[in-house]
Amino acid sequence: MPDLGPHAIFIIAAYAVTFVAVAALAFAIVEDDRRQRRVLAELEARGIKRRSAESQSSAGKPKSKRKKG
Amino acid sequence: MISLANPTRFLGLVGRAVPWLTAATLILLGLGLYLSFFVAPPDYQQGETVRIMFIHVPAAWLAIFGYMLIAIAALGTLIWRHPLADVAAKTAAPIGATFTFIALVTGSLWGKPMWGTYWVWDARLTSVLVLFLLYLGLIALWQSIEEPGRAGRAAAILALVGAVNIPIIKFSVDWWNTLHQPASIIRIGGPTIDPTMLWPLLVIAIGFTLLFVLLHLIAMRAEILRRRVRALQQSQVERAALVEA
Repeated sequence: MPDLGPHAIFIIAAYAVTFVAVAALAFAIVEDDRRQRRVLAELEARGIKRRSAESQSSAGKPKSKRKKG
Repeated sequence: MISLANPTRFLGLVGRAVPWLTAATLILLGLGLYLSFFVAPPDYQQGETVRIMFIHVPAAWLAIFGYMLIAIAALGTLIWRHPLADVAAKTAAPIGATFTFIALVTGSLWGKPMWGTYWVWDARLTSVLVLFLLYLGLIALWQSIEEPGRAGRAAAILALVGAVNIPIIKFSVDWWNTLHQPASIIRIGGPTIDPTMLWPLLVIAIGFTLLFVLLHLIAMRAEILRRRVRALQQSQVERAALVEA
């Protein structure tokens, strides 16, 4: 690490804020992804399946027969 | 490309792309940090504080990139009404907001030792603050309307109206007097920045861009699954009501 000079505190603070913000964002997104996958798996394990024909208006629903995943 | 617009196929693509994108992002960000701290020299005027540039500039680029992505997706929502367009726009907003926040904070931390102040209400800084507020407004709009289709259309209109801010951000340093320096990389005539600083900057910028894409793909997958869960729960309620009737 080079000597960051008299303004080192500003440089370190900038990198620290960036790291914390990116880490918090990544954690929130990955956790949300895991939670949704877990909830969907639980529903499917209980035999609750996606409908086909009437469910075309929402995202994530296939237009033909149901597929897992 | 058209086949990728199918949510189920899109989920398969995300599953395959995430490990590769994660590895590429980590390698590029690690290399970029090494180059920015140990290879790039201090600036002859700004000294070591120029190292803030290596995160400030990519964050600012991605703040604008994120909003342009939302604006393009908004067209997909309003014109073609494709559900993935709304999913793409909704999930890009928190990521774009985070990079805008980083650009604002690192810019302030760079401004204090160089300009003598954390903040001035000049055109560049104010227009980026407006961008941050637009992101927050879009997130709030998506959160406040329960039905995804209605929320998506309302947010798409707001996103397109707010897109007028993008050229204002880009050209604010040319149109008005501002403390912020004019463009030194993306400009007619090529970059004015020395290659010893340009390369570390580009490596971190590509790393940040891959990070944006990676997080966006994961967030899109989560949003698609959330809508599937919602649909399943709704169908469960409807079936229960039918049985009772």
